Order: sequence, then structure tokens, then C-alpha cells
Amino acid sequence: MLEKTQVAPHAAEQVNSAKTRQPLYAARKKIFPKRASGRFRQFKWLVMAITLGIYYLTPWLRWDRGPFAPDQAVLLDLANRRFYFFFVEIWPQEFYYVAGLLMMAGIGLFLITSTVGRAWCGYTCPQTVWVDLFLVVERAIEGDRNARMKLDAGPWTMRKLVLRPTKHAIWLVIAAATGGSWIFYFADAPTLAGEVFRGIAAPVAYVTIAVLTATTYTIGGLMREQVCTYMCPWPRIQAAMLDENSLTVTYNDWRGEPRSRHTKKALAAGQPVGDCVDCNACVAVCPMGIDIRDGQQLECITCALCIDACDGVMEKLGRERGLISYATLSDYNANMALATAGSTTPVNPALIRTANGTFSDGLAHFHLRKIFRLRTFIYLGAWSAVGLALLISLLTRERLELNVLHDRNPQFVTLSDGSIRNGYTVKLLNMIPEPRTIVVTLQGFPGAEMSAVGIELPPARSFDTLVEPDRLKVLKVFVRQPAGQIEGIAQSFKFRIEDKAGLESAEYTATFNAPEIAR
Amino acid sequence: MMSNEHVDEISGIATTGHEWDGIKELNNPLPRWWVITFYVTIAWAAAYTIAYPAWPMLSSATKGVLGFSSRNDVKKELAAAEAAKGNYVAAIEQNTVSEIVANDALREFAVAAGGAAFKVNCVQCHGSGAQGSAGFPNLNDDDWLWGGKAEQIQETIMHGIRFASDLDTRVSEMPAFGDIITPEQITQVSAYVASLSGAVKDASLVEPGARVFAENCVACHGDKAQGNRELGAPNLTDAIWLYGSGETAIAAQVRAPKHGVMPAWAGRLGQTAVKELTVYVHSLGGGE
Repeated sequence: MLEKTQVAPHAAEQVNSAKTRQPLYAARKKIFPKRASGRFRQFKWLVMAITLGIYYLTPWLRWDRGPFAPDQAVLLDLANRRFYFFFVEIWPQEFYYVAGLLMMAGIGLFLITSTVGRAWCGYTCPQTVWVDLFLVVERAIEGDRNARMKLDAGPWTMRKLVLRPTKHAIWLVIAAATGGSWIFYFADAPTLAGEVFRGIAAPVAYVTIAVLTATTYTIGGLMREQVCTYMCPWPRIQAAMLDENSLTVTYNDWRGEPRSRHTKKALAAGQPVGDCVDCNACVAVCPMGIDIRDGQQLECITCALCIDACDGVMEKLGRERGLISYATLSDYNANMALATAGSTTPVNPALIRTANGTFSDGLAHFHLRKIFRLRTFIYLGAWSAVGLALLISLLTRERLELNVLHDRNPQFVTLSDGSIRNGYTVKLLNMIPEPRTIVVTLQGFPGAEMSAVGIELPPARSFDTLVEPDRLKVLKVFVRQPAGQIEGIAQSFKFRIEDKAGLESAEYTATFNAPEIAR
Repeated sequence: MMSNEHVDEISGIATTGHEWDGIKELNNPLPRWWVITFYVTIAWAAAYTIAYPAWPMLSSATKGVLGFSSRNDVKKELAAAEAAKGNYVAAIEQNTVSEIVANDALREFAVAAGGAAFKVNCVQCHGSGAQGSAGFPNLNDDDWLWGGKAEQIQETIMHGIRFASDLDTRVSEMPAFGDIITPEQITQVSAYVASLSGAVKDASLVEPGARVFAENCVACHGDKAQGNRELGAPNLTDAIWLYGSGETAIAAQVRAPKHGVMPAWAGRLGQTAVKELTVYVHSLGGGE
């Protein structure tokens, strides 16, 4: 028997203690981003204008395709299964062009992310653009950050009772315009717009508008940054695309630390002082509600507004811009090594500056050649290869096609004069929006003649038929060969079609079956 | 049950008052949006059972105030499908089969509809590709006992062949020559008929066979054995043989002929379906 004192205690901790356990549900803490101004804000306004402009205006662009096709530049004609994009028209079997474009979009995203980080998230993602737009409305109605915080915390005064519904009403109008624009991509925009406003459009149009209005309002207006943080898979995927040479929004603590709000006092006390004055301007403008000084984090969409905010402060203080800046991890690490003298000691601002206060020459700066590295060349190569393949395919694609189905039941028919007849379903695809007269010819099949159901012609080696613009014509064609000329139970021959007016042609190798006995 | 106001001493959270063997259930509230959604779904479910057929009663279930019924939905869809075909069906009723054959859109519709009717009513004898078999004519070829024009095909389908209960049915009956001419003459005439479309084993039989033919067969089959569609007498010079080619098969048919019967379809399928079938058969490649 052991004595009680001889039992060695385990170094165990009750991690799930009721006293320290966090609640499973935490309410969202509201974010009130302050208006930023600066270079990146200007750039974001520009991107916002371009992306919103493309989205809202594209369906209204016209493109003349002649009398037999719609004149809308971009149109997804689901009813007729045609996709029009300016000078390109795609049939359903050519959907690989869309697949190719999606591949290019994916690889392009890799390329952009590996060079300038999550630029998609920060500038062009619809979520970012629409949240930005909704914030513009919010600021215009309720004021900037402090006014909004005050209004939110305050009681329901008459003013609040007016401002809040006004904001939500404008949001709903924007959301409805967003949902409304979507449907114009699927039908003639002017016609559909008239129908929508007169209340005679198809129910699916109204349902689509309603659903997209609801999602735009909810996701863009109410949920905002939660969509990026909790719902979107991109932050996880994009983070994997970054490496030590990718530019990303970085707080340069090698010059900012130790941060201090009382610089003069600290200097007087002989303590080292970094450039960061801990003013929290970067936190106030952040639409994601994070502090970039905590380092690169999943929530950061790299919208760069904190750069604008910090640059503004630095300018006022007469210091160099770029305390928060686009920097690569390798530059950052090099500068950190300089600022800490390569050890694990705290940052010493004196180490990165010369005696007269300017930055030391040893600091690493971003150089353009870092963009050109093996990884980006591979992405660029893959992206270009797909693009080039699509382009070549687009320029050389056939607009006249031929498909032939050989009758299987019966495979052949013996006629009264002993000749053998085979039936074929011949499909002529006229893939341009103009009517064409197509000549169908038999090639390399001695003695054979054909006739087609519905075409009043004596049996011949060739016949003409008119194919409607942008349509498929199905013909039932009978090919007949005299008994004496049959050479085997399966002979190969070709159907050839030609555009009577143009140069295009197509061929299809078919088989002609005959019974053993007919030879 | 314990009091609802009991508060758990350790966590300081109110309990639901439920206790099992000393384990108490803490009353951690759900997020409000979740609870509201939950109540909305309950309200929705209750309203649903009122709006739609739901509650089982003694003989049937409650009908629901919206009057929904899946049977009515099917009826509506069928009516819509019929209505969609309506214009075509009306046009098929009004036009003759020749006119339908000449009209691209009508012909395509009739071929599709006739093809469907063929698969149900005709394939049992004529085969799924209308290719026929011994005793059952191949409808793809260009040889027609009763004529291959659209109107003639229509007549055949409407009234059938040797179909006793239809007064207008097509009738032809070749006598059993086994009782009329000698076996030797049968051998001779069979050799003659076979020689019209191919080689025969014993050429010396052909000439006497021609005499037998001239005496007994020309009335129906014609002096050149080219057949007679008025009488349904087959052309004996071509490559198509309903009951088999060759001297033996011909001799058997001369001795004791087989006579196929086809039912009259006008009464069973109606004029529209018969017209559609006619156009389908006419489109198979042998139509004249």
C-alpha cells in the first residue's frame, strides 16, 4: 500500500471547466467602419464604378446580328438554348468555352493572389462592392462612424425612427435594382423591362427579382463581413495561394513598435518609440472589424483602407507613409531581422534608421521582379495556354456541322429490284444567324443514290435544301445501291455538305449495310 | 417535476426543471432568430394541413381549402398537352393524307404520332422497325400488294385485309392449286416463277411452266406476272417474297396458299390515328 503522499499528481487541466467555458452562441458585435480617404479609397471608388457599371449596364448594350438573331450584346437565351456574347454565339454543345473561361478565371485568381494577395476579395468581389455601396448609403443617411455609433446606442427618437427606415428603404431599392438587372441577361432587356413594370412579365422574372432582392439586402446590407468570415470558402482557398513573395496588406511593426500614445513622454524617459501612435485609425476604418496590427489574418480582405487611414496619420505627424503597406512576407522578415538585430529581442526602432533619422539602407523594399517568379510564370503559362486554346478554337470553329445516325431497325431494306436501301437521320446544323442553302452530296459510293423524305426530287447523288438561320434541320435520307454493285455487308462512304454560297463544308463517314445474300 | 425557478449552483444558469438521476438540464436559450424560425415552421405546418389535403378521416382525408389534388394536376397537365397538340390534330383531321405528307410540319407531327401508335398496335406482326417477317409484309420496301400511295395505305389500315367483320375490307384469295393442277405442273410453274427473278436448277422446267402459268395464273398475276394491285395479286418478278423465295417455297404457296389477315383499325383507333399511322408508314421509305 502506498501512502497518500506517494501518489504523483498529474499535470492535467480541466479545459472544459464551467467557469471558463465560452458560450456556444455569441451575438455579432456591430461594426461601424469610418470613411477612409486616400489612394486606395480612390482606387476602390473607381473599381466600384466599373464593376457596378458592367453589372447594371451590360444587358442594355446592343449588337447588330442581322434580322435573324437578337441584337442584345450579352444574352443567355435559355428558351432557345443560345448564348450571345458580342460577336460570339454559343450553342449548348459549345459550352466548353464557358468551362474554359471558368478555368481561366480560376487560374487568373491564383495568379492575382500569388502576386498581390487577396485583391479579388478586397476590390472586386461582389460582396465587397455591394457592402461598400450599402455603407455609402449608411454614411449618407446616418453620418460617419461616431454619429452612427451614437444613433445605434441611443433611444428610438423621432430622428432615429426616420433615419433607420430611410436607410433600409434605399438599401431595398438598390437590392431590387440588383435583382432586377439580373433578369435582363436572360431576355431582351427593353422588352422585359416594359413587361416587368406593366406587371405582365413571366412569374419566374418576379420570383428571381424577389429572391435576389432578398439575398442582396440580407447578405450585403445586414450580414456584411460575416459572409466573408463564416460563409465564404475563398479566404481559406486564397490563403493557400499566398507565399513569402506575395504582396499583402502588412503592418510593419519593425518600424511601428513599440507603439505609444505618449511619444514625447516616452522619449523623455529614454525609452525606444516606434512610429505607431496607437491611434486606432486603422481599426476604425476596417469593414471587417479587425486590427491589422495583429498580423495577417483570415478575416482580412486586404481592402487596404487601413493603409489610407494610417498614411493620413503619418502625413500629419510628418513621418514617412507606409507604416501599414503592401509588403511581402520575405521583405517583412528581412526588416524584422534588421529591427531586432536577428535575435528574439523586442523591436528597436533605432536599428532601422540612420543617425539623421532617415531609413537605413539595409531595409528591404518591394521590387517588381518579385512578381516574376516560377510560380507566377506557371500560373501565367497555364492561363495563357487555356486562353490561347480557346481563342484558336473560337477562330477556327465550324459554323456548319453534320451529324448522321444510321437506322438500326431495320439495318437495310431489300427493294423490289433487288437493290438495297439504308436509312439515315441526317442533321444539318446551320450555326449562323442567316438562312443557308446546303448541298448534300454522296461521296465515294459507286452506283448509290439518295432521296430524302419531304424533298420532291428524283433519286440523285446530290440535293439542295434550305436550312433556317441558326437552326438544326433533321432530314430522313434513304441511300440506295443496286444489287450488282454491293461490295460487302458493311461499306464505308461519306456524306458531304456544303454551303452553296460560302466556303464552309463538313463531312461525315457513314456505313452502308447489306445482307450477305445480296452480293 | 421540480420548480422552474431552480438555478444551477455551479454554472449559475437556470435549469429547465428536468432532472434524471441528479443530472439537471440547463436552460441555455437558443438564438432568437432560431427560435422564431422554429415557431414559423410550426405555424407553416399547421397552415399547410389546412390548405392542403392532410388529416385522415373515416373514409378519406380532409380536402384542404385550396382544393389541391394531384389527380387534378395530372388532368391539367394532360389537358395542356392535348391543347398543345390541338392545332396539329385539328389540321390532321381536316387534311387528306396526301396533303399531310406534302406539308413539312404536319408530316413531322404525324410521323411522330404515327410512330408511337405503330409501336403499340402494329409491331406485334410487322416488327418494331416495320421490317416484317415471313408472312408479314415489310413496310419499308417499295413493294405494295394493295398500293403504296398514301390514300391506298390509309384504306388498307382502315379496313384491314381479309378481315371478315369489315364489309369494305380488302379481299384476295388465291385458289389452292394442289386440287386443280398436277404436282408435276406445280413443279414446272414454280420453276417458271422462280426464273423470273433469278436462276433455277432445271431450266427445262421453265418453258412448260410458262404454259401452266398462262393457263392458270395470268388472270390475277398478269401475263408478265407483274401482279395486280386491284386484286392484291403480288408481283412475281421482283426480289420481294412474302412467303419466301425459291422454287420450294413458291411450290408450297401454289399448292396450298397461306392468306394473312390484318384487322381493320378505323373503328379501334379512329380516323386521326389511322391518318397518322398512314403518314408514318408512308414515310418509311417505300411510300409512292
